[in-house]
Amino acid sequence: MLLFENFLLALSGLRANKMRSILTMLGIIIGIASVIAIMTVGNSMSGSITASMSNMGASNITVGLSQISTSTEVTQSGMRFNRGPRYTQYSDDDLITEEMLNELQKTYPEDVTGFLLDKSVGSAQAKDGQLYANISITGANQTSIENDDLTILAGRLFTDRDQDEAKKVCIVSDYFCNNLFNGNVDAALGKEISVLLSGKYCHYTVVGVYEYDASSNFSSSSEEDTSTTLYIPLLTAFNQVHEDPAYSQLTLTSSATTDVNTFMSTVEDFFNSKYYRKNESFEVSCSSLTSLLEEMTSMMSTISLAISFIAGISLLVGGIGVMNIMLVSIQERTKEIGTRKALGATNASIRTQFIVEAIVLCLVGGFLGIAIGCAIGVFAAHQMGYDAYPSMGGIIFSVVFSMAIGVFFGYYPANKAAKMNPVEALRYE
Amino acid sequence: MKGDIIIDAKGIIKRYYIGQPNELEILHGIDLLVREGEFVAIVGASGSGKSTLMNIIGVLDKPTEGRYLLDTVDVVAAKDKELSEIRNQKIGFVFQTYNLVSRTSALKNVELPMLYAGMKSGARRKRAKELMGLVGMEERMHHNPDELSGGQKQRVAIARAMANDPAIILADEPTGALDTKTGRMVMDIFHRLHLEQGKTIVLITHSPELAEETERILTLSDGMIIGERRGLGHAPI
Repeated sequence: MLLFENFLLALSGLRANKMRSILTMLGIIIGIASVIAIMTVGNSMSGSITASMSNMGASNITVGLSQISTSTEVTQSGMRFNRGPRYTQYSDDDLITEEMLNELQKTYPEDVTGFLLDKSVGSAQAKDGQLYANISITGANQTSIENDDLTILAGRLFTDRDQDEAKKVCIVSDYFCNNLFNGNVDAALGKEISVLLSGKYCHYTVVGVYEYDASSNFSSSSEEDTSTTLYIPLLTAFNQVHEDPAYSQLTLTSSATTDVNTFMSTVEDFFNSKYYRKNESFEVSCSSLTSLLEEMTSMMSTISLAISFIAGISLLVGGIGVMNIMLVSIQERTKEIGTRKALGATNASIRTQFIVEAIVLCLVGGFLGIAIGCAIGVFAAHQMGYDAYPSMGGIIFSVVFSMAIGVFFGYYPANKAAKMNPVEALRYE
Repeated sequence: MKGDIIIDAKGIIKRYYIGQPNELEILHGIDLLVREGEFVAIVGASGSGKSTLMNIIGVLDKPTEGRYLLDTVDVVAAKDKELSEIRNQKIGFVFQTYNLVSRTSALKNVELPMLYAGMKSGARRKRAKELMGLVGMEERMHHNPDELSGGQKQRVAIARAMANDPAIILADEPTGALDTKTGRMVMDIFHRLHLEQGKTIVLITHSPELAEETERILTLSDGMIIGERRGLGHAPI
């Protein structure tokens, strides 16, 4: 009851002394605004990075062969090199087979959701009379092609039957269509194209056209010469090069609930104890984007901490400003305090009144700071090309913190007011 | 009850210590008895100890020695918090300089003692409006004090003093800052409160003419009551 009355009183006091209040709040406004701005930018950055990383597959684990280092020597200049066989090309026996992958999936059905399997066939050129298009042929299984998140302009992705029966079908880019089909993507569908690959012509039927994302690839060649990926079913690719399906590197997709870091070592153990124990030159090792992400997050929070520290100093100065103006205000209103005491105000109610006033001052400053900080943060995030995510935690923290400043820096002046002798206070002119 | 003793003060001494040897005694043992429904004036020149006595009667200050019962409550033994409550419930102050709280409306000023008494806002507002009617201020009650004339401010102050229906109204030079005409109006309100509501009023003033209007006049000089006589008990005709 009294609190609410005090709150209204404090607000009207603020309105009555607009200029003075704003100048007093400036420290708080700047402090809170910079914290909020920085947190908004940081939040937007890490939010966007996390989003794009999970697009890229933060839960993906890259599983690959790596050479066993027998021992590591360090030269005088600090260079490290591995002793033993300098470099050995892995043979077909070293590769990870379908059988191993099936076994892995069977052993950890909870964690393994699938495998992204690719087979690079090589660079080639598709020809139709004088017309040509540069391509690199990649065989991809269904999971892998879905993971690439292609924008299909016409036609479709591969069907399970295309994959299982190793059909000679392909998905081409719109650049490819520009070169060979005069930009008509629908005209490309169902056409058989001829590809010159290591001196031989192969023939694939176009079943789909995807949109080539020029921004994600750096190419110095002109648009006509840009080499784009031509997708074919995985088995088709192995057939093309006359190999059995086996991989030196693949990507494992884990379920969302899987702890990627621990599962990585589990997978390594699985392969190395079961299949690679006797292999002298190679073992299986895993890596993932999660560790990278963690590193970036920790870097961000270090930066945030540093800037928060500076903002903290600004808030401290702002708080002292509030205390100063409260002391001035109490001095000015000595007679009012005396009057209130004569009317029956207890020390506690005087104290509450002035603490509430300091809190209101700080809170209004805090809200202004939050508004300004969000505006700056959102603007900056947009300028840097991130989606803006204002930090809710930061906003709540700021509100609580500015209240705390009000209490902390308001207490001393309020207590001084509360302890005033009513006789002297009434006599004050 | 009419006739009950409201102010019962005996041997009130007030000393100030300005360093050990310089003891300054302002009041040298004052006896004061005020009954319910009385209109009493305390007259004295400046420096007579008038203000000090008023502060003690008004429970803003405690006597160094002596006994003081206000409406049977022992003031000398009371703690800070109890003193606040006594001021809130038993005393209505009217100051020479009005002492309205600026930046809030006249009505809110009248509500203030009731707010400190913990009264609910609806009841508070109702009572404040009644009191504004009593002093003839209902038309300007939503104005802030700085938009009111001196006489209007003093009427608001009287309404505020009446808020918690106190045992005494303590008026310190209530017409001191007003011209004769508005001063007359303010005094008429006191007479009305005294006659119609039977309020106990203690008027502190330096003006013998003003004191003459009250029922009983106590003359204060050099910290002692040197005389007591009967007054007119009504406004001069």
